[in-house]
Amino acid sequence: MQFTDKYVAKSSHIASRMLGDESIIMSSVDSTLFALNPTGTVIWEAADGTTPLSRILEEKVCAEFDVTFEQASIDAKEFIDKLAEHGILLVSDLPIPSKEVS
Amino acid sequence: MSLLEEMNGKATALGIPLSSQLDITWRCNERCVHCYLDHDGKGEMSIAEIKDVIRQLAESGTFFLSISGGEPLLRRDCFEILEYARSLRFNVKLKTNAVMIGPKEAQRLRELGIEQIQISVYSHRAEIHDAITKLPGSLKRTLNAIRLLRAEGLKVSITHVMMQQNASDGMAVRQLAQDLGVAFVIDPTITPKLNGDRSIVTLGLIGSALKEVFQTEEFVGNVEEYCAPVSTVDEDVLNSSSCSAGHTLVYVSPFGDVYPCVQFPMPCGNLREQTFREIWRGSAALTELRSIQVRDLPTCSHCDHVSYCSRCPGLAYMEGDMRGPSSADCKKSEARTGIRSAGQRHKVGYC
Repeated sequence: MQFTDKYVAKSSHIASRMLGDESIIMSSVDSTLFALNPTGTVIWEAADGTTPLSRILEEKVCAEFDVTFEQASIDAKEFIDKLAEHGILLVSDLPIPSKEVS
Repeated sequence: MSLLEEMNGKATALGIPLSSQLDITWRCNERCVHCYLDHDGKGEMSIAEIKDVIRQLAESGTFFLSISGGEPLLRRDCFEILEYARSLRFNVKLKTNAVMIGPKEAQRLRELGIEQIQISVYSHRAEIHDAITKLPGSLKRTLNAIRLLRAEGLKVSITHVMMQQNASDGMAVRQLAQDLGVAFVIDPTITPKLNGDRSIVTLGLIGSALKEVFQTEEFVGNVEEYCAPVSTVDEDVLNSSSCSAGHTLVYVSPFGDVYPCVQFPMPCGNLREQTFREIWRGSAALTELRSIQVRDLPTCSHCDHVSYCSRCPGLAYMEGDMRGPSSADCKKSEARTGIRSAGQRHKVGYC
């Protein structure tokens, strides 16, 4: 399975808010604070647990920013791995029902 | 520059109330001798009104939301309010005396992902703490609650308000906080009552007692650095505003009144009559406050302490002029450095 075939969802154990065209996110588990740039914010906003990452990259990232799918995939993996490490984003091979987002 | 400072800078530029305090009630089960509130609950907002305020704060960009009071847990719907705030992804801090927190409440607060519980502890001695809160047994109940909250893995911060009644207890409370594994913050300022009554201000530390606090490394960190006078004033200081109240910080009372800060009772509007956005963007009082730079302060801009003074415009407002000095902060600057402030000299006719 490709990384871009996976599903991503926001954890419910976070605080987040849009600040201009960026997002601020804090993990309530370890209080780590993140500021996401506009590209990261697009992925974050689209991380609903039911849309495959490949579609998010194609329809949101590549459509709105001047970047190839390949490059977007590489950047997204690094970004998602980092947030997943802090429990902020959940990553799964299967769609993530909202009740499981915790 | 830290990420938090960057966020604050961006929020200031965009006019976003990044931090809000919402008092959901002024009723309280304690009667602290230094409290600045009256405890009348008549006319406080309903749960529907409070949820609407919280929704509006989210839409306006608030990220840090402090739910406070009075004692917020006196409202039976307090957990419903907290749950709603968390569903809108606020970073929520709860300010409480904790005496109503048992195992179930602690567990629920953990499940909701409350960022921090802030609790006042006035002394390690029950006879002193309980005499200040006027609630017998309150220290024991508060400390039991802190242990329960810690057992759930929640972050707790003890705020130690310093006054004449507990002047010698700071170090012991700090040790208590360490033993409990919680943060410790001192607050040496007694705020006048919001109705203008200044009688409780006399409870605060003054003179040598205040100086001793600022000479204690455990309270202020590097004493030499903290107490060193800084005479150079750069343009950045003069062009800045002296605090975030009304810029990135806002306070909402249980009755829907909007103020720049809980310590700044300048009426800006009421949420039963206007939307939050209308008040935040359109209030003449807020517009005036935001226009004030340090260079516009007739006394303080020429003060030796201007580059590091913790001048509170709300306390100055309560003394009659939000552009004037705050005598509490003048005393603190003098206690830190041994140098009288321009505000103090002005009052005795030195200039």
